[in-house]
Amino acid sequence: MLHTLYKALGIEAASFPGGVEPDMAKITADSPTATSMLAPLFILPIKQHIGEVCEPIVAVGDEVKWGQKIARSQGYVSLPVHAPTSGRVIKIEEHPIPHPSGMGLPSIFIESDGDDRRDHSLEAIADYRGRDPAELRERVRFCGIAGLGGAVFPTFIKLLKDKRNPIETVIVNGIECEPYLTCDHRLMLEKAKEIIAGIDIAMHMVGAKKAIIAIEDNKPDAAASMRQALASDEINLPEDCRIDIRMLSTLYPQGSEKQLIYALTGKQVPAGRLPMHIGVLCHNVGTLKAIHDAVVLGRPLTDRIVTVSGDAIPRPGNMKARIGTPMRFILGEHGLDSFDDVHLLHGGPMMGEKMMSFDIPVVKSTNGLIAMRPESMKLAHRIEQPCIRCGHCSTACPVNLVPNLLADQCRNEQFDRAEAYNLFDCIECGCCSYVCPSHIPLVHYFRYGKGQLAQIKRERDFAELSRQRSEAREARIVREREEKAAKRRVVREKHPPKAEAATTSGESEKASGEGES
Amino acid sequence: MIHLSSPHLHGGDSIRVTMLSVIVALLPAAIVSVYLFGWLALLLIVFCMVICMLTEAVSLKMMGRSLAPVGDGSAALTGLLLALTLPAYTPWWMALLGSIMAIVLGKQLYGGLGYNLFNPALAARVILLVSFPLNMTVWIMPMHVGTPAIDLYDFSACLNLLLFGPEALNLGLDAITMASPLGHVKTEWSQGIAFADALKNYDFSYLDAFLGREAGSIGETSALALLFGGVYLLARHTISWHIPFTYLATVALLAAIFSSVDPDHFAPPLFHLLAGGLMLCAFFMATDPVSSPVTPLGQIVFGFGCGLLTWAIRTWGGYPEGAMFAVILMNCTVPLIDHYCRPRVYGHAGKGNS
Repeated sequence: MLHTLYKALGIEAASFPGGVEPDMAKITADSPTATSMLAPLFILPIKQHIGEVCEPIVAVGDEVKWGQKIARSQGYVSLPVHAPTSGRVIKIEEHPIPHPSGMGLPSIFIESDGDDRRDHSLEAIADYRGRDPAELRERVRFCGIAGLGGAVFPTFIKLLKDKRNPIETVIVNGIECEPYLTCDHRLMLEKAKEIIAGIDIAMHMVGAKKAIIAIEDNKPDAAASMRQALASDEINLPEDCRIDIRMLSTLYPQGSEKQLIYALTGKQVPAGRLPMHIGVLCHNVGTLKAIHDAVVLGRPLTDRIVTVSGDAIPRPGNMKARIGTPMRFILGEHGLDSFDDVHLLHGGPMMGEKMMSFDIPVVKSTNGLIAMRPESMKLAHRIEQPCIRCGHCSTACPVNLVPNLLADQCRNEQFDRAEAYNLFDCIECGCCSYVCPSHIPLVHYFRYGKGQLAQIKRERDFAELSRQRSEAREARIVREREEKAAKRRVVREKHPPKAEAATTSGESEKASGEGES
Repeated sequence: MIHLSSPHLHGGDSIRVTMLSVIVALLPAAIVSVYLFGWLALLLIVFCMVICMLTEAVSLKMMGRSLAPVGDGSAALTGLLLALTLPAYTPWWMALLGSIMAIVLGKQLYGGLGYNLFNPALAARVILLVSFPLNMTVWIMPMHVGTPAIDLYDFSACLNLLLFGPEALNLGLDAITMASPLGHVKTEWSQGIAFADALKNYDFSYLDAFLGREAGSIGETSALALLFGGVYLLARHTISWHIPFTYLATVALLAAIFSSVDPDHFAPPLFHLLAGGLMLCAFFMATDPVSSPVTPLGQIVFGFGCGLLTWAIRTWGGYPEGAMFAVILMNCTVPLIDHYCRPRVYGHAGKGNS
């Protein structure tokens, strides 16, 4: 209702409730994107997206070209993996992935030969508007494109043209609300035309007529760059299609999909459903540029821009890095060689993961490598004190939860209560922990609660399945017994017992009759 | 282990900063109290704060817990708040008892900071009132108002009074005390005198009540000083406007309605707002984060309940200090309010609170 009023008065849409304003620290905003040197060894985990793991289709000793598929997807929610350069597969074994636990996944190790020979098997499609959307969708899937804003959800699933859920608006997420990260900012400055082409392709694929490019107001140069690209002659949008640019106030987490949709359209995505159910689709600018590369240039996803920043980096900047490059190599290119007392964060500081080692590869979700000195992390790592119920967490929550009650319930193992208090609606943005005066690690408790609830659900489903199997077995035994009894009855009727006078011979006939059935 | 979880940034807020900001907000009221009640006020404030902190240290030691919370400012704040609600003449042992009960009964027995149901200072004050009704309802004549019987700027006189009682100064309790405006009006009402006449008998002035030049407990007389503190806390976002605004508005509204119908037997809004402990309770007691609701809607409900009870107790109840009882009673309802007044979660439009 407020949103309609704002629109009527011509005021920019009011943003979501809550949110926090950390120091944005965009120290790399003016650093042009450099291209990384070719690392001697690349490590490709078989899962770099949300969904099923892939199956390697190369063997140790195989020669591969840049862009060649090296692992195929399994299942619907899955994406293939491609070689980031030409070289030889030297081993396939388990290696740590960017996960705070330090867990590992089978990974394909490629030793680069330095030649960078490309695989040219994919056709470059210049006239995409003339192609069938299904064909383009398969191209996006084949090229392994995942949401590059950090969520790495397989993009082709979000590009389905479905009559039941028609898409009216494509929202282009150029917000980049995390502190330190500037990869999307640089992309909008340097590859604006490619992004616009990607938007055009996406609109064609889902049949949308409208697109809104959302940019935070701390990036006016990026908005100017996108506007210029839109006005250029190279972009030929159909007559009835429109792309607008909207500036939104700088607030974390403005770039969160649900909050962004609410800020732009005033509509909320219903709990448990997806944006496509209300006619909107949200894609990151990096993803759209990757779609352009896949369709127009015929290139699979093998590199992305990574912001290398933080107060422990001598030369912070933005780097176009091949996927699979070890983090140690990239950090070395920015002047960080010694890793004593360095906290390395994968992603941004609000939602990123702390890395246990530096030999972990860059993957599709690596939008930032933030190296911090331990003194800078002291404030965030103070000892937890009791909750004073001040309510600042609830005020800051963009989803309108009451975090202090939820954390209490998770800590005290009252998981069904936490679920009733909407634990699963938490987007783990970290606003609550950021404002807490008692330094309670609220998001940590929510993750614990969600994990326990998922485990309880799995056990309950398994118990339910076992019960059903057991009941089916009982029913089957009863049924077989009855079938046997029915057959016996039929035989008895066919060969009715003689009269009482004919004693033993009748009985013996009866007996033999029964024996046969 | 916990350091592995995001977020890896923090806004810089802490419990100590929060408590210190409330202490700073109470400084204007404390300064006015010393201006009006001299050494009595200063001795009481310092004594209560010290005893509260000592009691917290002893309780934590006895429970085998770390002594770190003593430094977070919450015990000091409880001591300051308790002192400001006491009458200027509070015998030293009553102040001691009150401070110990505030920390032990009001806070540590529940599990320490964050777990208490009642506001600790208020709980102690209520216990003192019910246990020692005479002492807790007589008010020393302040300085700069009429002709006080004792020079409250004389250190030795005040010390003697607090340690040995009025007999040490060869004075009876009646000689050095007077009724507060609210107490006087209630007495007159019970004798059938109309409100306007009662005020005339008392020589009451709204300006004096606003500035604080009237009898009452040492911190609650000056609405101006308390407003300064309240506005400071609101500007700092230490408290939100929901509780104080709703609390005061409810009292004002009820007083306005009833006094316009029967002005002889119901006090007008301005009188209610300036009299007694309402200002202190609205900005500093009801807003205690631990014992008040977490959500904005809950805070509005809480403020409304406090306002309703305060006005009802003042108008029809036998006890003075209606504001304190009202807040204590509403503190009991806070867990219920918290459960039912949760905001509507994103994506659940039209489905209510669950």
